[in-house]
Amino acid sequence: MFAYYLQLGLRSLQRNPVLTALMVMAIGFGVAASMTTYSVFLATSSNPIPQKSSQLYAVQVDNWGPEDSDKGEPPDSLNYTDAMALMAAHRAPRQTALYPVGVSVVPDDQSQLPSPESTYATYGDAFAMFDVPFLHGSGWGAAEDDAHAAVAVISRVLNDKLFRGANSVGRQINLDGRNYRITGVMDSWDPQPLFFDAVNTSGFSDPVQIFIPFTRAVELKMATAGNNNCNRDPGLGWDAWLHSECIWIQYWAELPDRAQAVAYRQYLHGYAAEQQRAGRFRWAPNVRLSNVEQWMDHLKVVPPEAKISLLVALGFLLICLVNTVGLLLAKFMRRAPEIGVRRALGASRKTVYAQFLIEAATVGLAGGALGLLLTGVGVLCVGLVFDPQIARLATLDLSLIALTLLVAVLSTVLAAFYPTWRAAQVQPAWQLKSN
Amino acid sequence: MQIKPILAAMRHHKAGTVLIALQIALTLAIVCNALFIIHQRMARMARPSGVEETNLFVIRSDWADKSDPQRIDVQMQADLIALRQLGSVQDAAPANSFPLHGTGWDNFIKLQPDQVKMTTDSAIYFSDDHTLATLGTHLIAGRNFTASEIGAQQPRDAMHSAQVIISKDLAQRLYPDGSALGKTIYVSMGNKPSTVIGVTDTLQAHMVGSWAGPYAYNAVLVPARLLNDYTYYLVRARPSQLAAALRDAPKALYAQSRMRIIDRKDGVMTFAQVRQHAYERDVGMAILMGIISVVLLAITAAGIVGLTSFWVGQRRKQIGVRRALGATRGDILNYFLTENLLIGIGGVLVGAVLAIGINLWMVTQFEMARLSLGYVVVGVIALLLLGQGAVLAPALRASHVSPVEATRSV
Repeated sequence: MFAYYLQLGLRSLQRNPVLTALMVMAIGFGVAASMTTYSVFLATSSNPIPQKSSQLYAVQVDNWGPEDSDKGEPPDSLNYTDAMALMAAHRAPRQTALYPVGVSVVPDDQSQLPSPESTYATYGDAFAMFDVPFLHGSGWGAAEDDAHAAVAVISRVLNDKLFRGANSVGRQINLDGRNYRITGVMDSWDPQPLFFDAVNTSGFSDPVQIFIPFTRAVELKMATAGNNNCNRDPGLGWDAWLHSECIWIQYWAELPDRAQAVAYRQYLHGYAAEQQRAGRFRWAPNVRLSNVEQWMDHLKVVPPEAKISLLVALGFLLICLVNTVGLLLAKFMRRAPEIGVRRALGASRKTVYAQFLIEAATVGLAGGALGLLLTGVGVLCVGLVFDPQIARLATLDLSLIALTLLVAVLSTVLAAFYPTWRAAQVQPAWQLKSN
Repeated sequence: MQIKPILAAMRHHKAGTVLIALQIALTLAIVCNALFIIHQRMARMARPSGVEETNLFVIRSDWADKSDPQRIDVQMQADLIALRQLGSVQDAAPANSFPLHGTGWDNFIKLQPDQVKMTTDSAIYFSDDHTLATLGTHLIAGRNFTASEIGAQQPRDAMHSAQVIISKDLAQRLYPDGSALGKTIYVSMGNKPSTVIGVTDTLQAHMVGSWAGPYAYNAVLVPARLLNDYTYYLVRARPSQLAAALRDAPKALYAQSRMRIIDRKDGVMTFAQVRQHAYERDVGMAILMGIISVVLLAITAAGIVGLTSFWVGQRRKQIGVRRALGATRGDILNYFLTENLLIGIGGVLVGAVLAIGINLWMVTQFEMARLSLGYVVVGVIALLLLGQGAVLAPALRASHVSPVEATRSV
């Protein structure tokens, strides 16, 4: 029976092609607009590290006080003094302070130009904390952190470029004219949003190519390549800046369960209270511990454009559906005599429902196919509205294709309920009489 | 035209009436807000930069060897001399940032050294005596820096410039009575006083984000080269020699020293590209909203055509009867136009309320401005006209129904 109704539906669609084309286009455009904007929204609001997002915590300690902070919120970054105190206390199973540094790879071949690469200075714990996958070797350990060792972890891409894909562990890489021993080569790793440094990247950036020890970077007086904010004049020179209240460090702690998170928060509170007693903080302890998702929310990494365009597109889909309800109503009611005859010949209401809903579903499917095509075009054009770093994340993958078709068919069938109900209400006697 | 019979007829096809009205209402609500977003974005893009943008371009040079500040300073001065000597180049200046760049350095500006809260915030442009000429920005009061006043400093040194030039809007903000020239202001946290020696015409800050709205035209020119890991060079090409200058300038810099990185992709950018990059999102958003509005209006018009055609088909017999009883073609045409107008009015009334409601909600969510009523009025008129236009074809077809139809049984 299903096949027969499908056939009937297709034949009916052919009968008034203009009306059918209108419906298919309305659904196609509506679905495509929604799906394109949804793909961007999905990409920007996705959880970059789902398996551990509830165990990784960003740390905030208010070292500026209510006078200089924004609505009582502690600053988003830490200064060197606090970051080092927390590292030394070592209260979490794993922790790392980190900051971006501007580093260039100097090629051995003198005729080649140096190339800047996205680099972070971290502690050795970072690799296990952020689940960094390794192709060769591994990260460095606490001993290298303590020794301010000249070691580095590089990306697979960089390894391919510099060593033609060979295992480069143990070999040297020249960064800004200094040699570093490679301890590990990362496999492809590109968490987006770049949660551990959403402060400096606004959430999205190209993949990280190099990691070097935090302690080494500070010893070499490498300034942050990200934001540095000061509420007071730090004074002259590197040491004055290092020991000032200027903030530029991101601090992450891995706390596997609730109890440890609670304990760590208490520790932070205690640390701030201690600073208050020592006279450094002239305000009550103000600390925050946010897991990855809370931190992404706090930093508002989803661009407002993504939200606005998704909302507008959903409104657009709604209008297309209202439109479809009207057109289907016209289409179905025009066939009232036909329905009357079918009912008079013994068709139940239920079969009328089945026939018309299946007909609507074929419209939805056709609309979905058009929508898929337009979504493909839309995803290609995302770069017109969003930054390239965000645009590269929006892709037409299998799940989006399935979702597009599903939304098209479901929404059309939903829109068809009222017209179908009206069609099923047709009184056979009335139609037969007027004939 | 009698309205009562139309209303009576509407009662017989409530569903269709409500659907058209609903569609008009939703379309009005969305199109109003979309147009408003377009307008806001365009208004942002139309703001002047205060820079003479033609023939201006920017080079970013990263120091590959991170050499010591003294060497960077020597290199920068040599680079500038080399650039200014090029035949295709009119002038060149060092910069840490520039209008529309997006990132840069901004400081709190104070009028008193012991002030706790800032007076305002401003972009800090590290400049030399060629900066104003290179940008093409004019002074409206005071004088330019002299070559001997130009110093050099590292990013973490306290700014110690005794003289500064400020933008018109900053001058107005600090001294509303217009007396900023010659006054002392504090542009860094080091609490060292700086005397305002000049006031420029309009000059935009590097900040383009909407958060920077109140500070968008505040700029302080500091007479120093900033010795950072990288520097920008602003270069003004001689008239009609932009292409030559774009080719020559990086070559001249590499001839000076190869231990630098000028990114192949965006190391050299014309100011037109800078502007395009700064407002990329705004253009994209405006295009997206434009497409959505046009498609929406088309779909709504198509929906009205479809439903009205259906009604006309349904009522052929009644129309025939009316014609037979003496109604003219004009009467029939008028009937459908009026019917559509009534539905349209109902729709736009609901739509106007919806449009304002959506806007008010967006204001709370996305730091948007209030929708001006002009948009709603324009939207209402546009949708009513759209409805009348859409209904015209089916209505004309209805008016051509012959009185003979009344006598036919089907």
